[in-house]
Amino acid sequence: MPDRPMIEIASVTRTYGKFNALDDASLSIRPGEFFSLLGPSGCGKTTLLRMIGGFDTPTSGTITIDGQPMLGIPANRRPTNMVFQSYAIFPHLDVEQNVAYGLKRLRLDPAEERRRIDEALAQVSLAGFGKRRATELSGGQRQRVALARALVMRPKVLLLDEPLSALDKKLREQMQVELRTLQKAVGITFVLVTHDQYEALAMSDRIAVMFGGRIAQVAAPKDIYQRPVNRQVADFLGGMNFIQAALVGENGTAIEVETMGFGRVTTPKPAQWSGKGGAVTIGIRPERLRVLWDQETARHELSGTVVDRHYFGEITHLVVAIPGMDAPLSVTETNDFGADDIPVGAQIRIAYEPDALVAMAD
Amino acid sequence: MTVAIGRRPATPARPGLLRTEQRQGLALMSPTFLFALVMLAAPILVVIAHSFWTQTYLTIDRTFTLDNYRIALTEPIYRDLLMRSLILSMSVAFLTVLLAYPVAYYISFHGGRYKSLLLFLITIPAWTSYLLRVMSWKVILGYNGVLNTALLGTGIIDEPSTAFLYNTNAVLITLTHAWAVFAILPIYVSLEKVDRTLIEAASDLGDGPIRRFLRVTLPLTVPGIIAALIIVMIPTVGDYVTPRLVGGKDGVMIASAIEVQFKRGANWPLGAALSVTTMIVITVVAVSCVGLLRWAAGRIR
Amino acid sequence: MTRAPRFLGINWLALYVTLYVVFLYLPVLLLPLFSFNDSAVPNFPLSGFTWKWYEGLLTTPAMLDAARNSAMVGVAAAVTSTLLGICAARAMTRYRFRGQKPMSALIMAPLVLPEIIIAVALLLVMLRLGLQLSLLTVVLGHVLICVPYSVTVLIAGFEGFDRSLEEASTDLGETAFGTFRRVTLPMVAPAIVSSLLVSFTISLDEFILAFFLTGTDATLPVYIWGQLRFAARLPGVLALGTIMLVLSFVLLTIAEIYRRRAARRANVDGGLLA
Repeated sequence: MPDRPMIEIASVTRTYGKFNALDDASLSIRPGEFFSLLGPSGCGKTTLLRMIGGFDTPTSGTITIDGQPMLGIPANRRPTNMVFQSYAIFPHLDVEQNVAYGLKRLRLDPAEERRRIDEALAQVSLAGFGKRRATELSGGQRQRVALARALVMRPKVLLLDEPLSALDKKLREQMQVELRTLQKAVGITFVLVTHDQYEALAMSDRIAVMFGGRIAQVAAPKDIYQRPVNRQVADFLGGMNFIQAALVGENGTAIEVETMGFGRVTTPKPAQWSGKGGAVTIGIRPERLRVLWDQETARHELSGTVVDRHYFGEITHLVVAIPGMDAPLSVTETNDFGADDIPVGAQIRIAYEPDALVAMAD
Repeated sequence: MTVAIGRRPATPARPGLLRTEQRQGLALMSPTFLFALVMLAAPILVVIAHSFWTQTYLTIDRTFTLDNYRIALTEPIYRDLLMRSLILSMSVAFLTVLLAYPVAYYISFHGGRYKSLLLFLITIPAWTSYLLRVMSWKVILGYNGVLNTALLGTGIIDEPSTAFLYNTNAVLITLTHAWAVFAILPIYVSLEKVDRTLIEAASDLGDGPIRRFLRVTLPLTVPGIIAALIIVMIPTVGDYVTPRLVGGKDGVMIASAIEVQFKRGANWPLGAALSVTTMIVITVVAVSCVGLLRWAAGRIR
Repeated sequence: MTRAPRFLGINWLALYVTLYVVFLYLPVLLLPLFSFNDSAVPNFPLSGFTWKWYEGLLTTPAMLDAARNSAMVGVAAAVTSTLLGICAARAMTRYRFRGQKPMSALIMAPLVLPEIIIAVALLLVMLRLGLQLSLLTVVLGHVLICVPYSVTVLIAGFEGFDRSLEEASTDLGETAFGTFRRVTLPMVAPAIVSSLLVSFTISLDEFILAFFLTGTDATLPVYIWGQLRFAARLPGVLALGTIMLVLSFVLLTIAEIYRRRAARRANVDGGLLA
């Protein structure tokens, strides 16, 4: 079966007393995929990751890895390895001994062991650091040791629990690229837990967004960003203008709505469409609205007054009041054409494409 | 204002079923706990039981009686011993805490990078044999002792004084010395916990060094003071070595009476009643002291 | 850090602390001083340097017996209390369970009980059970009072021990026993050594329990107690006391070094001790 999922999560629930850490979660992760579990703290993402790794047990439901049910199989006999949030580098061992820790159990031929250690250290650019003690490593280096120590075991699945959260911004961005490259090189399925939406968007093949123990949406980064299934998901992944609209018609795949300001719009039906008539929420990302310069025209445009502006270096955030709309629109404009020179109070026109408008559940 | 906070659900970071955790924890704790149960709780229960019995020579009569307590509380010799032990242990506790506080304060606030070295230095004398330290005080305070020799040498006194040894003062000095560290450490710990920005805030709001100390530092270290008082007061009430070696006639404390009943006098029930009475009285006194101190601390604003 | 308050140009607080330290060390340092003094009466002025009191010890069989007894009791008490301490400290730091608080309270109770009460209670039980008083009963008593100290030292070593280290070991394929052997034990070894040394020192110096619970065999403090009645034996006792003092000091310094190493290991970043 070529399409057999690497990890199959079927109706997994985990309760602590009366508290539902995870509520009927189902998920299928493909072989070789870089998969992210994204959500605010307490959403159940770490619980799910720890259950995959064998550090927690589902109250109900099943977890299958590479076709093998994981019920009753302890962490030390699972084909998974974990990069811990704290990295959990053994402080009494040096880098090499840390990497060799799991290999010792396998009783490999010494030359083979040596080769695998060197290979793993080279993979994470730590060649030559073998004799360093854990106490002598920087945060980024410790993270690399944790990676090498897990990868050297050649797991079917590598689990990463917020691996970049302890690093500063610059190093974090560098490690995002490296992790992604590394994953493509080794071809192992990566499951990453993060609360940072940019991290998830930048690295993943697919993302599962979670709230309050439930999986809200599973999709590729671009889809999840542009077609969020509900307001919560839309809000969690960056800015979004929410526009009230009234339903005027629908067919099997699309709905037609009458919006404030944007007129009558047809958009694909949202995935969690309740099927009921009445009020609908429409969203549009701030960067999908564009400022029109004096001579420019567009097929779809709005005009309004700048009521506030926020400068962010490469971009400017304009807050624009549109007559006939109850809330002002956020517009993100790059500064290469002088958006940072637009003063508060200026009358401007804004262009948009109707297909950037997305209907979503509340 | 109080905020109702529901019991937080077990953090997802702790794996394993709660029941397993309960069982594993209990299993791991039980050897030590059982040892304490058999070697401490049970013997104390046996003592309590004996205190309600009577003894003639070697036979124990197990009919319930409060006679031993009547004797312990009304016989002048025991009553006086108990009172003296209580007053002594309270005096020692307060004196020790009073003398120790500035030391703990100095280490915590001015110790800088020598903090742990200073703490270690302070701790060493406490680890040397208690018996030997008491003996040493005997050498210092005696008629021909170091103190008298020194005072004679400097001409402060003309002949050796007998005022230093074999009295209550000698017991007080020796015990204050012996329990110094046990007062310094808890106070030090509570001083370390005082957020230094609170003191800066008090200065910022106009308090001088003394008001700042009285209104911020001292109230915040009350838990440490209480711990120090209890740690010193309770064990000293039953001290045996010090009164015997340096106490003389006035310095005898209740422990000697208890020892006599168990060793030579062989009236176990009376000895048991004396032990139980001592424990109860010292607990009551300690708890009242703590309550009083808390109340006083609450009044400082 | 606030500046030390000064008055008349003198740092009174520092002066007070200095005097207090002198007060603490005075009795401790007098013992060695007089143990080398030629006179049989510990008094000033010193009359001359001598080793004779130390030489005298070597030819006192009762003292040598007591020393051997103390060593045996100390080792037995240290090992037992450390083993019990490991169980309790691990249970207290790693698990949360119902009954944990009262159980810990009982285990730590000897810290705040008058020793005479513990001694009397144990003596009463031993006598009622008709058990022969011996060094074994002393060991049991010493274990009881050493366990709270062991637990305190060990908790410091176990705490801050990142639990994910053990999880990482399991994740890398190690069994529960293997994890204990390869990760937990090496990490807490310094704390264990420290606990052994501290317990041994407590047992070595303990008098009341030994006095009540021993049969015919004396430990060193019990032997010293017996000698105190004879003024002529005082210099010998001072010499013996000095040896015990130096031994305690050495053992505790080693214990302290190990304790710090344990604390450092538990905190890789050294945040607490920096």
